[in-house]
Amino acid sequence: MEEIFTVTQLNNNIKFLLEESFDFVLVEGEISNLRRPQSGHVYFSLKDEQSQIRAVFFRAHNPTGGRNLFELEDGLKVLCRARVNVYLPRGEYQLVVESFEPLGVGALQKAFEQLKAKLSAEGLFDARHKKRLPFLPRRIGVITSPTGAVIRDILNVTRRRFPALDILIAPARVQGGEAAGEIIQALRNLHAYGGVDVIVIARGGGSLEDLMPFNDEALAREIFRSSIPIVSAVGHETDFTICDFVADLRAPTPSAAAELIVPQREELLAKIESLRQRMTSSFTGYLEDRKEFLEDLKDRLKDPRRHLVNLRIGLDDLSERLRRAFFVRQRNLSGDLRLLRARLYHQSPRRQIHERKIMLERLRKDLFRHVSGRMEKFREKLRTASSVLESLNPLGVLQRGYSITTSVRTGLIVRQSSEVRVGDDVRIRLAKGKFDAKIEKIFQE
Amino acid sequence: MAKEKFEDAFRKLEEIVRQLEAGDITLEEALKSFEEGVRLIRVCSAKLEEAQRRVEILLGTEEGLEVKRFEGNDGD
Repeated sequence: MEEIFTVTQLNNNIKFLLEESFDFVLVEGEISNLRRPQSGHVYFSLKDEQSQIRAVFFRAHNPTGGRNLFELEDGLKVLCRARVNVYLPRGEYQLVVESFEPLGVGALQKAFEQLKAKLSAEGLFDARHKKRLPFLPRRIGVITSPTGAVIRDILNVTRRRFPALDILIAPARVQGGEAAGEIIQALRNLHAYGGVDVIVIARGGGSLEDLMPFNDEALAREIFRSSIPIVSAVGHETDFTICDFVADLRAPTPSAAAELIVPQREELLAKIESLRQRMTSSFTGYLEDRKEFLEDLKDRLKDPRRHLVNLRIGLDDLSERLRRAFFVRQRNLSGDLRLLRARLYHQSPRRQIHERKIMLERLRKDLFRHVSGRMEKFREKLRTASSVLESLNPLGVLQRGYSITTSVRTGLIVRQSSEVRVGDDVRIRLAKGKFDAKIEKIFQE
Repeated sequence: MAKEKFEDAFRKLEEIVRQLEAGDITLEEALKSFEEGVRLIRVCSAKLEEAQRRVEILLGTEEGLEVKRFEGNDGD
């Protein structure tokens, strides 16, 4: 009798089997198809030449993001610590990665480059964040292994250059998985304890793996946060670590760091001596100057009359200049006046009046000539008209014996007999005198 | 003023020398500067004349931080 499963039952059984058997596995492979959704979790496939398996890396499993030395990225070979998980709704299984580490030196280099680029983009290496080292530190904090050549070199060099500088060693392992954390703790201890005005983080040379603690992101950020200037002296001259970039100063070796931090006592003494000499001579010079100035003042104070003479000469000079200036001015003014007078005379109305008079006289003569000419013409015309008039004068005709009869009734001159009636009164005008008559008889023509 | 930092004292001294060399100060100021300069030279020199140093080690313990004399080789 074969057992019949529902899909759910089958998947449940598979889930039980797989998750029991592969509760903790170490898997190595190459990352591919990496996706990073909003959630921040990372989904990818882990593959080798023949096969691949789905994997997820939950952010929650990785609260100290800094502990993972680098970001997951397609093509990287990694060793994962993981468990197998079966997702029931889809009947799929995948690796849930708890942690991973890069495989091979190439990966370490990659991790280094990635972190460097990231922190650089965030500005952690910017020159503007670099703190100035103290001129002469009172106490130097040194983070390194308390045994070995490095601390010995630092103590030797500092003592040789300046015997009286205090050193406070904050011990930390400088190699291995715990090193970064211990260095961070040592930094915090030095800050908490206080009293140091510069800190050296030192380690001798080593391979890239040896120096990995100094490429730790959390350490880099701790250094960046430090309120005390930090000198990084890790490895040899050719080794660079993230610490070197983020520190306020990078020294090629621990001994060089000691030399950079501690000035030569002899040099300082020489500088102080030179300052002392300069101060003394400039002060003496200053006093000499004042003395000379004072002497000068005293000389001048001695005889006020000399000053008076100077004043008097000055006064003479000034009054002479004033007088000269006045004359020059006056001369200029009278010149101006003459000029103005000439111009004014030129503009005088008298001339115009005279001109107008002449013109008026000419006009008057013209007018007179015209008028008398015309009068003569009129007289002539008048004479002609009078003689014509004379010839037409009816009185002249009357002289020759004619008379003019006027009807009293009509008042009209009678030119024919039909114009009057018998009994009409008529007035007869003669050359000399007139008389009235009565019509008695009318003769018809 | 015993706690005066060497660097501050040194910078002040440099400033005083510069001022005195420029000479554009009153006599009172010059005298005061000179006195102050002499004092600063004494402060700086005293710091430089110190011969002893302390080399200590800072340890984090259960009770907190603890400072001990460093037992290793204190240089040459």
